[in-house]
Amino acid sequence: MTMRLFVPRDAGAVAVGADEVVTALELAAEKRGLRIEIIRTGSRGLYWLEPMVEVATAAGRVAFGPVSAMDAASLLDAMTADAPHPLRLGVTDDIPWLKRQTRLTFARCGVVDPRSVEDYRAHGGYRGLERALTLSSDEILADVTASGLRGRGGAGFPTGIKWKTVAQASADQKYIVCNADEGDSGTFADRMIMEGDPFVVIEGMTIAGVTVGATKGYIYIRSEYPHAVEAMNAAIAAAGRAGYLGARIGGSAHSFDLEVRVGAGAYVCGEETSLLESLEGRRGIVRAKPPLPAHKGLFGRPTVINNVLSFAAIPFILDNGAKAYADFGMGRSRGTMPIQLAGNVKHGGLFETAFGITLGELVDEIGGGSFTGRPVRAVQVGGPLGAYFPRALFDTPFDYEAFAARDGLIGHGGIVVFDDSVDMAKQARFAMEFCAIESCGKCTPCRIGSTRGVETIEKIMRGERVLENLALVEDLCNTMKFGSLCALGGFTPYPVLSALRHFRDDFGPAPARLEAAE
Amino acid sequence: MTSAYEPWNEARGAEIIAEHAKLEGATLVILHALQEAFGYVPEPAIPMVASALNLSRAEVHGVFTFYHDFRKAPAGRHVLKLCRAEACQAAGGDALAARAEAKLGVALGNTTADERVTLEPIYCLGLCATAPSAMLDGRVVGRLDEARLDALVKEAQR
Repeated sequence: MTMRLFVPRDAGAVAVGADEVVTALELAAEKRGLRIEIIRTGSRGLYWLEPMVEVATAAGRVAFGPVSAMDAASLLDAMTADAPHPLRLGVTDDIPWLKRQTRLTFARCGVVDPRSVEDYRAHGGYRGLERALTLSSDEILADVTASGLRGRGGAGFPTGIKWKTVAQASADQKYIVCNADEGDSGTFADRMIMEGDPFVVIEGMTIAGVTVGATKGYIYIRSEYPHAVEAMNAAIAAAGRAGYLGARIGGSAHSFDLEVRVGAGAYVCGEETSLLESLEGRRGIVRAKPPLPAHKGLFGRPTVINNVLSFAAIPFILDNGAKAYADFGMGRSRGTMPIQLAGNVKHGGLFETAFGITLGELVDEIGGGSFTGRPVRAVQVGGPLGAYFPRALFDTPFDYEAFAARDGLIGHGGIVVFDDSVDMAKQARFAMEFCAIESCGKCTPCRIGSTRGVETIEKIMRGERVLENLALVEDLCNTMKFGSLCALGGFTPYPVLSALRHFRDDFGPAPARLEAAE
Repeated sequence: MTSAYEPWNEARGAEIIAEHAKLEGATLVILHALQEAFGYVPEPAIPMVASALNLSRAEVHGVFTFYHDFRKAPAGRHVLKLCRAEACQAAGGDALAARAEAKLGVALGNTTADERVTLEPIYCLGLCATAPSAMLDGRVVGRLDEARLDALVKEAQR
């Protein structure tokens, strides 16, 4: 009998040797005269255990990890004899880190073959679209709105309202655009789902197209994600062959086509209007709003532009109903959030859970603290534009409003963990430097402010007129926050001011002592 | 040393441009395709793109210079990109970047004198749970430490 093995083709797993493990497994199997089939899946998201190898058994899939090429032979022996092995993790679904999650969006990621429509369908795929095709546009909009889904890219705008605006607009052509320019450090959920379950993104975009009357969609993927580009292109071709893209999708009267476009290394293109400019073939310069993209978006036409995770959440909502999604979460943050634990963390990876879990639970319990074993001193939540949180704020629940109330943001759900060796002045300086490098240059607070910010923080780091310069940085941050056109200049103050507020000791002599001396 | 890229050739350039010129918003697609073929975007190609898309040379030049990815000159034989964003910083990326600079004798953003290696910063490869990470000629590498970095640098210098 052929033994079925599963090894991720996810870039994160490949980066730590998954391809070498596959080659070694094939060689070892041949040597033993063992018939094996290796299915390249996405990642389950338990990255400290990658490369993870799973084998199909009567009890379900059993996982081993982290596996290196040298383990291949002993692994196959243990699998065939059902014998113990030091890397054996047990039945995958019973691994506590996975069991504790609520996987709605990522239910299939790491399970299915991301190249196969059949496998996607066998795991509940396309049921959402099939139901959507039996509903009117208003009925779908009612479901999306009632689910409480908010834009997962970071802004948290209600998806149902955005779609309704586009549905109500009249135009000869409307567009669906998927923002896959996941540039925030510490985030990789978009990459994972595109590589591990690309059809769920395609299905979500197709439902959007059917709902608002758009026949063309673009997925704008950053060039730093070549594996995701490959996976999405393969999936689009497969969906087309199966009749799920193109004319008369799923036998209905609707048509929908999709195309991947690749970015070119500009972080600001993750901002939706800049992304639209880039898609149109121009410099990624931010547009002033209004008009909203929902009214005048791509090529001036009404456009639904959503993050990968927003589209990926849609099939579940259509398949299981709005209530099934909205039952999870807290306050105005409904459903689940795929949270990404990254940086200096022991158990890094993707943890999808209902809103409401605290930052402390995420970092200490689920993340297991730092991998260096030193105390966790700070975490940055929400990418380069997100605030740094000290341990004192670890009781903050993961929720859009709760983070905003503490001068932070959940952004795209990335948490970067730092141990006590971190120099927060250096991190504040980097936030300004990154903004200076990536600013599109259209508005002055961002273009000039970021460079002045770097200079002023450097003066503080050198001990030059520390108090005056600290006041200057705060003032500059306010100008950037309220005067910038988009979130790049507008949110760079979050990491800077939070570092200043919570880690003042890192910025030169303590203010009290200095004041007394003056 | 042989290059994986074709030398600049006007006819070939025109062919690449024509292949994509009909697409909506084709500029980035064409610039990517040119760079994939030639390893950089040769200057003579800019007016050709402009003419094919009915744009001004300034507009195409503006697009070309806006994006970090596009090169105006060929890179070294190998391109080693080190992730310099926060998650990799938290995991010891600063020291590794300094080590790579010292080993290669160039600062980030430069090519070695023998034109073998271009060392570049990259702001996030999305491999943040297996940080620090790097990319050598399109191949991703995670969980970098000194030994793994040294091996990568050595490979790039070959």
